[in-house]
Amino acid sequence: MRKLLMGNHAISVGATLSRVQVIAAYPITPQTQVVEMLSEIVADGKLNAEFIKVESEHSAMAACIGASTTGARAFTATSAQGLLLMHELLHWAAHGRLPIVMANVNRAVAPGWTIWTDQNDSLSQRDTGWIQFYVADNQEVLDTIILGYKLAEKVHLPVMVNLDAFVLSHTYEAVEVPDQEKVDAFLPPFNPEWKMDVKNPRAFGGLTSSDVYMEFQYNHHEAMEQSKKVIAETCGEFEKIFGRKYGLLEEYRMEDSEYVMVTSGTISKTSRIVVDELREKGVKIGILRVRTFRPFPGEEIAAALAGKKKAFVIDRNISYGKSGIFYDEIKGALYNKGMNLPLFGFVIGLGGRDVTPAHLHEIVDYGMKHDRPTEEIIWMGVKK
Amino acid sequence: MIEIRLHGRGGQGTVVASKILADAIVMGGGYVQAFPEFGVERRGAPVVAYVRIDNKPINLKSKIYQPDHIVVLDPTLLQSVNVTDGLKEGGKVLVNSEKEPSEMQEKFGKSFKVMTVDATAIALEKRLGSKTSPIVNTAILGAIVKALNVTNMDLIIKAIEEGVPLKVEENVEAAKKAYTSLKGGE
Amino acid sequence: MNFKPGKKVVLEKLADYPLMPASLADMTHNFTGSWRNMRPVIDYDKCINCGTCWKFCPEPAIYIEDNKVNVNYYFCKGCGICVSECPKKCITFEEEGK
Repeated sequence: MRKLLMGNHAISVGATLSRVQVIAAYPITPQTQVVEMLSEIVADGKLNAEFIKVESEHSAMAACIGASTTGARAFTATSAQGLLLMHELLHWAAHGRLPIVMANVNRAVAPGWTIWTDQNDSLSQRDTGWIQFYVADNQEVLDTIILGYKLAEKVHLPVMVNLDAFVLSHTYEAVEVPDQEKVDAFLPPFNPEWKMDVKNPRAFGGLTSSDVYMEFQYNHHEAMEQSKKVIAETCGEFEKIFGRKYGLLEEYRMEDSEYVMVTSGTISKTSRIVVDELREKGVKIGILRVRTFRPFPGEEIAAALAGKKKAFVIDRNISYGKSGIFYDEIKGALYNKGMNLPLFGFVIGLGGRDVTPAHLHEIVDYGMKHDRPTEEIIWMGVKK
Repeated sequence: MIEIRLHGRGGQGTVVASKILADAIVMGGGYVQAFPEFGVERRGAPVVAYVRIDNKPINLKSKIYQPDHIVVLDPTLLQSVNVTDGLKEGGKVLVNSEKEPSEMQEKFGKSFKVMTVDATAIALEKRLGSKTSPIVNTAILGAIVKALNVTNMDLIIKAIEEGVPLKVEENVEAAKKAYTSLKGGE
Repeated sequence: MNFKPGKKVVLEKLADYPLMPASLADMTHNFTGSWRNMRPVIDYDKCINCGTCWKFCPEPAIYIEDNKVNVNYYFCKGCGICVSECPKKCITFEEEGK
């Protein structure tokens, strides 16, 4: 059924359709509505789940870890400072190989206090071992929650679904809400082999000597690497049932393109307008959207950029003293492929500063006018 | 693509009005975005909400700077807020006011088409909200249907029925009355 | 006492590893009783079977069998909490090896 949903509620509906069994969350702007709607759904008896009211995000993730260890399907949602407070337990969830799905409303980090979007909250959780998706519209928000559980439970890794604050979280869009029966067919009940079970006692997360520890890291990394294949499989299965196509990357007018805008999140959608306009003027340009950040699709990005004249990486985030984070990772992915195309790195829209088609035109103009970048960051829109 | 900006005060239902309008568009098979001003909302403070309408999926994710039309839910805002900021030439200005459009035209200048509806009187008559702060959003929606031609009354009524928590019948009546009493919409 | 200790599993190669950092079985191969240098001994003539020691033992190494409290010396670390909490003062601490 086609319904008008804001991004926050698309998350709640996705979690409900996934028949989550335990929800533990602490409200934080602009995520509050996710939990608010879920608490109502649970209170009305429309979802058979335990809703645990906790006193912080740290506890929310701890409760999800406990629930998931017993084999329950656990869910939480957060944003910005809330995600940062979870940091320790993000490692625990991932290294404990727990298939928790979390929605994170991408929001800039304080101080100065801010509630508006950028990606620095989730990108600073890069090395916690979570799978990370960056979505571009509310349909994808809902779908990726459902897809997230399917994937998480196959590879035993937690999944973080990141969406832009306000631009998606508080914006109503038409969303195709799938039938429960179809979701049930796609996502059967979770019954893991490894779980906390009093009939079969074991110790979880006990002291792990240096003689033993490293192989767990190796296995965790291998699971991440394998999940690339599983994402493709899972998305294929999803497409068969629901008719919507997703993957590691999303290409737009890339076939014969000479120039490429490399984007993530909602900027990717606005970029389509710019690409359409430039195409009309005869500029062969396309968009490569990075939908999956971990596992990082370096091989796939290199393949997509092979033979292109120039690429413009657009980051709504920053690694201080280095560059935009996607830019850095993409540059690294090209090195051992012997690829040397001019790769420009733009930082734009931090703290929710609006990104308009005019700004994106400026980015393309800059890239067209310069042979090679001379700086690690080309700042867009800074008052100088 | 049509872009609309709604001006009201926190607590008047401005954001809800944008949502109900968007709901009607979706029910009619169209594509839409409805969003508030990204930030904090406080009762009584000026608020804005936006609606973007198209017959194909909407890729534009930035804010609205040059709306096609403006809707003003609270006429007292006209003294403090430049409601026509960025409004496109020939754009429509729909104001909740007991005045005739001709009385307001001078204020807005000739490049915009002004329309009025006495949504406050309609809301009071239908006992929506309180005497001191009537909730005018459903009346305004009826006027929007007539004034902006982006959806029809059947869909707006359906969206109101789904979108208001209380006094559904009174809200529908308010929309109907506003639809027929819009001034300057011919 | 009907107790069979679990088998210790050694993770020699990758295939031996569990999915997550968890033990492959229960931890009853881990005899923490070997850490003990003082041994609690219950004087059953004075013991009234109140269960206070059973409640307080943090290990827990006190078990109830045939309606009587007993010490499981495979796991008792000899902390002495039972000795100090017993209301009848009927548990004595004796040096190991004597």
